[in-house]
Amino acid sequence: MSDVAIRVEGLGKRYRLGQRESYRTLRDALARGAAAPFRCARSMLRPGYRSTAKPKSEPFWALKDVSFEVKQGEAVGIIGRNGSGKSTLLKILSRITEPTEGQARTRGRVGSLLEVGTGFHPELTGRENIYLNGAILGMKKAEIDLRFDEIVAFAGVERFLDTPVKRYSSGMAVRLGFAVAAHTQPEILLVDEVLAVGDAEFQKKCLGKMGNVVEEGRTVLFVSHNIASIRRLCPRGLVLDHGAILMDGPVDEVTQRYLGVQNPEVSERIWTDTARAPGDDVVRLLAVRAKNRSGAVCSRFDVHGSVTIEINYRVLKEGHQLCAVLELLDATGQLIVVAFDRYTDGPWGKQSPCMPGFVRSSWLLPEDFLSPGDMSVNLRVFSPPLEPNAAPHVRELDVIRFAVADGMDPGSVRGSFPYAWGLPAVRPRLHRFTERLPSAEACPEAEAWPKKE
Amino acid sequence: MTQHSLSGERAAAMRMLDIRPSRGWRFVNLRELWEYRELLYFLVWRDIKVRYKQTAIGAAWALIQPFFTMVVFSLFFGQLAKIPSEGVPYPIFSYAALLPWTFFANGISQAANSVVGGASLISKVYFPRLLTPLSAVLTSVVDFALAFIVLIGMMLFFRIYPTWNALWFFPFLLLALMTALGVGIWLAALNVQYRDVRYVVPFLTQLWMYVTPVIYPSSLLHGVWRTLIGLNPMTGVVDGFRWALLGTGEAPRETLCVSAAVSLMLLLTGVLYFRRMEKTFADVI
Repeated sequence: MSDVAIRVEGLGKRYRLGQRESYRTLRDALARGAAAPFRCARSMLRPGYRSTAKPKSEPFWALKDVSFEVKQGEAVGIIGRNGSGKSTLLKILSRITEPTEGQARTRGRVGSLLEVGTGFHPELTGRENIYLNGAILGMKKAEIDLRFDEIVAFAGVERFLDTPVKRYSSGMAVRLGFAVAAHTQPEILLVDEVLAVGDAEFQKKCLGKMGNVVEEGRTVLFVSHNIASIRRLCPRGLVLDHGAILMDGPVDEVTQRYLGVQNPEVSERIWTDTARAPGDDVVRLLAVRAKNRSGAVCSRFDVHGSVTIEINYRVLKEGHQLCAVLELLDATGQLIVVAFDRYTDGPWGKQSPCMPGFVRSSWLLPEDFLSPGDMSVNLRVFSPPLEPNAAPHVRELDVIRFAVADGMDPGSVRGSFPYAWGLPAVRPRLHRFTERLPSAEACPEAEAWPKKE
Repeated sequence: MTQHSLSGERAAAMRMLDIRPSRGWRFVNLRELWEYRELLYFLVWRDIKVRYKQTAIGAAWALIQPFFTMVVFSLFFGQLAKIPSEGVPYPIFSYAALLPWTFFANGISQAANSVVGGASLISKVYFPRLLTPLSAVLTSVVDFALAFIVLIGMMLFFRIYPTWNALWFFPFLLLALMTALGVGIWLAALNVQYRDVRYVVPFLTQLWMYVTPVIYPSSLLHGVWRTLIGLNPMTGVVDGFRWALLGTGEAPRETLCVSAAVSLMLLLTGVLYFRRMEKTFADVI
């Protein structure tokens, strides 16, 4: 176990359902005890004793037969649906609850961030809570003294140190809680969805700090639903499903498959009933589809092929200028492309109104442009100029989906190189060329360099 | 050997921890408790700070309870019922007993609710769970210290000067501490399983007080009754306090031995039960 920080073998955790329904009362236990003293005393001493024998006591395995290894300095992201056992796994590794079977070995001090501001008492001041929270998280007083200023600077609460925490805004309290936890410097850091609270700036700060933690060579297990932050921080991902490990591998592969599992691809939608089609009394949507370069509707595209998004809609009333706008989002919800169509060209808001009838609009996404992944399409049809709070005629989010895959054909530059080259939103084929300059004179920046003898 | 490996001495300081399901009975891990002593200090510090932060009377709360109880007792039991007080004025007679008694009663009452009350900590952070009732009882020690000052004042007032025997009060205090811990730990663990235990505690405390010679001297009882209340560890404590500080009665040697034995047994069984139950705390709380 030289450089392995965490080793988990066959870990399992079973809960008994129905146990939380009603707390047992001493009164019941005494009554039962009077009836059958010895049997009662023996079973009372067994943990998990339930005084009323309910017929249903099915076991629920929150984790079953989980095994994996994490080396020192690795950052692993753990994803999974709600109830898949992620928090239970962290709780077991933090020794908050005991496993029912299997074992886990950790090397080094384990710091767990299962909740921000654990142990904060609202009546105590910020300064006092820093000491209290630090002690709860395992820091010695001397350590806290040493890092006190850093913690305060990170949280940005210098002016409020001597005010009771109950007067803090929720953002300040969360920042302070994270600041203390981030400075505990454990060898293994377990983080459970703490970034769900807090504003964007706070989340950025937290991620940055966690990135520093990884750079310092500490091991991090990061549980989150925010796939984008997992991808940014962790090169390795683990997917839990119903208490078992579904996938374990490079993060972009794992997240792609995880998100793909949840999102079926429907790349064409048709509405035959005008009354129920999206839209209002001015415009009604009839169809939205994704086509490849031969004109066929399909849901999987090669990265070297073009994608045409086509919509059909019906204009019901005359006298309205209309504009359709397409939005393309990737699997993490990141907006990649925004494209407008204009029914007739002309200055914004001053186009000629559309005549009633059927209209088809299409957008051609060029080949060698999109990044591999699952794409989702949002569509709006509105009358320009659209006021910020006014509703468009048609607003359909996630109306169709399609997938773009990199075929990795041997003839391309990429060839069969299996790893992802970062996670770009788009990877267009840019016009570029490389030439060797004939002499130093042709390159003005070379003047300062020594001439070759 | 990765690029970001940790420095040598840090690597040496890293400890391996084995996490596996525990079976059977286990005793307290004293080394671990010692490691977490700073947390214990902070928990006690937190409870005291919070208790006195917003009260106008502040620290005086620790004094008011035993003092006014003493006043009421002196009126009804001292004056009206004329209960004998072994040669010293009844007020100080009862206060010398109320002092450790209040410590015990408050200690077990706070300990009983400590684990359930600390649910938010227990379900989020690891620390030896025994710290929770331990810190609750230690908070009462601080209150005891404050109330002790009043006792000194009363002794001066009644012109009762302590002899060297007064130093004996410290072992008796330790006995009270051990008893409070034993009972408190039992109650804390029981309360997690059976939530109505906290309602039983005030009743339990009241009954226990009558069985302890707080209001009356233990010399009032004879024979088998004397033996029976001798089984109560607090009897030894109260008699001991009175003998050490006021010089009444005789050194309660036999009572002390019996009390210490009972108290130790309560503590050991309490710790064993608590440790057995604590693995389910985070799940049940």
